[in-house]
Amino acid sequence: MKEGFRQSMAWLHSWAGLLVGWILFAVFLTGTAAYLRPEISYWMRPELALSRPGPADAEVAVKAMQGMAPNSPTWFITLPSERETTTRVFWREGGGRGRGRGFREAVLDPATGHPVEARETMGGEFFYRFHFQLHYMSVLWGRWIVSICAMFMLVAIVSGIITHRRIFADFFTFRPGKGQRSWLDGHNVCAVLALPYHLMITYTGLVLFMLMVMPWGIDRAYPGGRQAFNAEAFGSAPPRPRANTPAPLAPVLPLVEEAQRRWEGGRVGRIVVANPGDANATIQLVRADSERISYNPQSLTFDGPTGALIQDSGEGRPAAEVRGWMYGLHIGRFAGPFLRGLFLLSGLAGTVMVATGCVLWAVKMRQQAAKKGRVGFGTRLVEHLNIAAIAGLPLAMAAFLWANRLLPVGMEERAAWEVHVFFIIWGLCFVHPLFRRGRQAWVEQFAAGAAAFALLPALNALVTQRHLLATLAEGDIVRAGFDLGLLACAALLGVLAWKVARHQPATARARRPAPKAALMPAEAAE
Amino acid sequence: MMRAGLPVPSAASLRARLPPGAELRRAGGIVLRILAGVGGGYAVAALSTTVLSLGLPMQRAEAVLTATMASFAVYAGAVVWAFAARNAWRACAGIAGTAALLVAVLYLLQGHLP
Repeated sequence: MKEGFRQSMAWLHSWAGLLVGWILFAVFLTGTAAYLRPEISYWMRPELALSRPGPADAEVAVKAMQGMAPNSPTWFITLPSERETTTRVFWREGGGRGRGRGFREAVLDPATGHPVEARETMGGEFFYRFHFQLHYMSVLWGRWIVSICAMFMLVAIVSGIITHRRIFADFFTFRPGKGQRSWLDGHNVCAVLALPYHLMITYTGLVLFMLMVMPWGIDRAYPGGRQAFNAEAFGSAPPRPRANTPAPLAPVLPLVEEAQRRWEGGRVGRIVVANPGDANATIQLVRADSERISYNPQSLTFDGPTGALIQDSGEGRPAAEVRGWMYGLHIGRFAGPFLRGLFLLSGLAGTVMVATGCVLWAVKMRQQAAKKGRVGFGTRLVEHLNIAAIAGLPLAMAAFLWANRLLPVGMEERAAWEVHVFFIIWGLCFVHPLFRRGRQAWVEQFAAGAAAFALLPALNALVTQRHLLATLAEGDIVRAGFDLGLLACAALLGVLAWKVARHQPATARARRPAPKAALMPAEAAE
Repeated sequence: MMRAGLPVPSAASLRARLPPGAELRRAGGIVLRILAGVGGGYAVAALSTTVLSLGLPMQRAEAVLTATMASFAVYAGAVVWAFAARNAWRACAGIAGTAALLVAVLYLLQGHLP
């Protein structure tokens, strides 16, 4: 009975993992890259100068918006921080037709308020968006697909834990160079090492879109719509209607100082101005994400013309705070450099866990096929997809950065083409294994990825002024660190290519005893 | 040890030893479990979310958030049950029974709501 239970959990684990393994791998790897979203964006806009956030940023940004979008119903301003050296703004288009649907955005120089003169690029935003809504499909579809994959992941994790009776012993078990066993050990080490992280990131990922995928509670409890829910859950005040009487906006600097005083030195991260220029305008100051784990915005809302405080929303009720904590833990913006490094490593461990799981499946199938004497289509398909999804993605990510440096600066649809290049190269990685079987395809894609990353700093030196020597001399730690990080990626992929190239398949060395191979998934349970 | 409907990982090696009808029953059992786990599990999670949203003794928005956050644990538990039950029929019965219970509670809750 016990044994049957564990075996069925092993079955569930391997199928739940395999079916969505390739998407999960991409989600994990690009999601891990998204921890460095501001740094990637900064590197991808070499025209930007090194600048530090200053006290006048808010004032400059509001002035700029008054010039650019005086008739807009709402402005959203994200102020620069230690990690982000530009002011990002977006606003709803006005035009007197009430709630316009169109949004416009711009990236501003924090000192002057003019749009920055930089190449058109999505920057790190691309990896960030891709990891939860994919690309080339509606945002809604992408989010549903990723949420479903996350649910599979949760099931795979839970059944994996049940399968691994020896969970702590497995942690100290690594038998390298033993073929399938080494893959299994590698998979176990990556899974167990960062298990709390994997559970956390998967569950919190589901919670981020929970009202989309599980709307039944909120729809039944709030038949009148979600505005009432938002007001009760997060204390968000209902928007004030436009008075249609013009009134100038109060200076924003004193409000920022007031916020800093109330938050005991806390920094303003975002400014939301509703109905600017109207007598019923409001200015909402939202505390920076980097200062609290919980993502529930701590915010102050002021009357636009007078600057009088209308609302101070601080800590929410328990469940709202728990959700805020989950949200905050997932996006990890509260983390300082050290903790962010740990998040990055844990994300990589998750990526490796998914990858070794997919490879393990193929290795197991291959061994069963060897006994039967023929390799089925399913095994070939899994092997093929493994190569393209696992070895191909890093190469495609490098290609994205290459495109950023090589596409002409004035090109039409430049940002979109950077993304197209990413998918073209990734697509080629799916074709390549048709011509180069098995190990050769792995080695070549890993090696190509290593070369692409290794040459990026050199390319960077050729086509921009922001090369490693210049950035190091200037003290631009972010750009210098990014170039060094690219070299580290190259080294990692190079090692993988080398390891795969000199790997001797277990079947070629000695025929292993058959019963062990047949019972593979249950082995972990012993 | 070998029961029809129990998914066994090393199925390929065991297949040869099974009588002809057993293979079909095994596949049918897996399909039933998948339906019970994925479809039935979602239904149970959705019902539990609704019941808890309306029934938890806390502020309405708090109850909704708590219920919805917990729903994925309920779903995962239902899927594990669907594949852990001794046979496929028990798996289906367990999911259906839980769903029926939740529907009954929901009915009662709505009877008491103003």
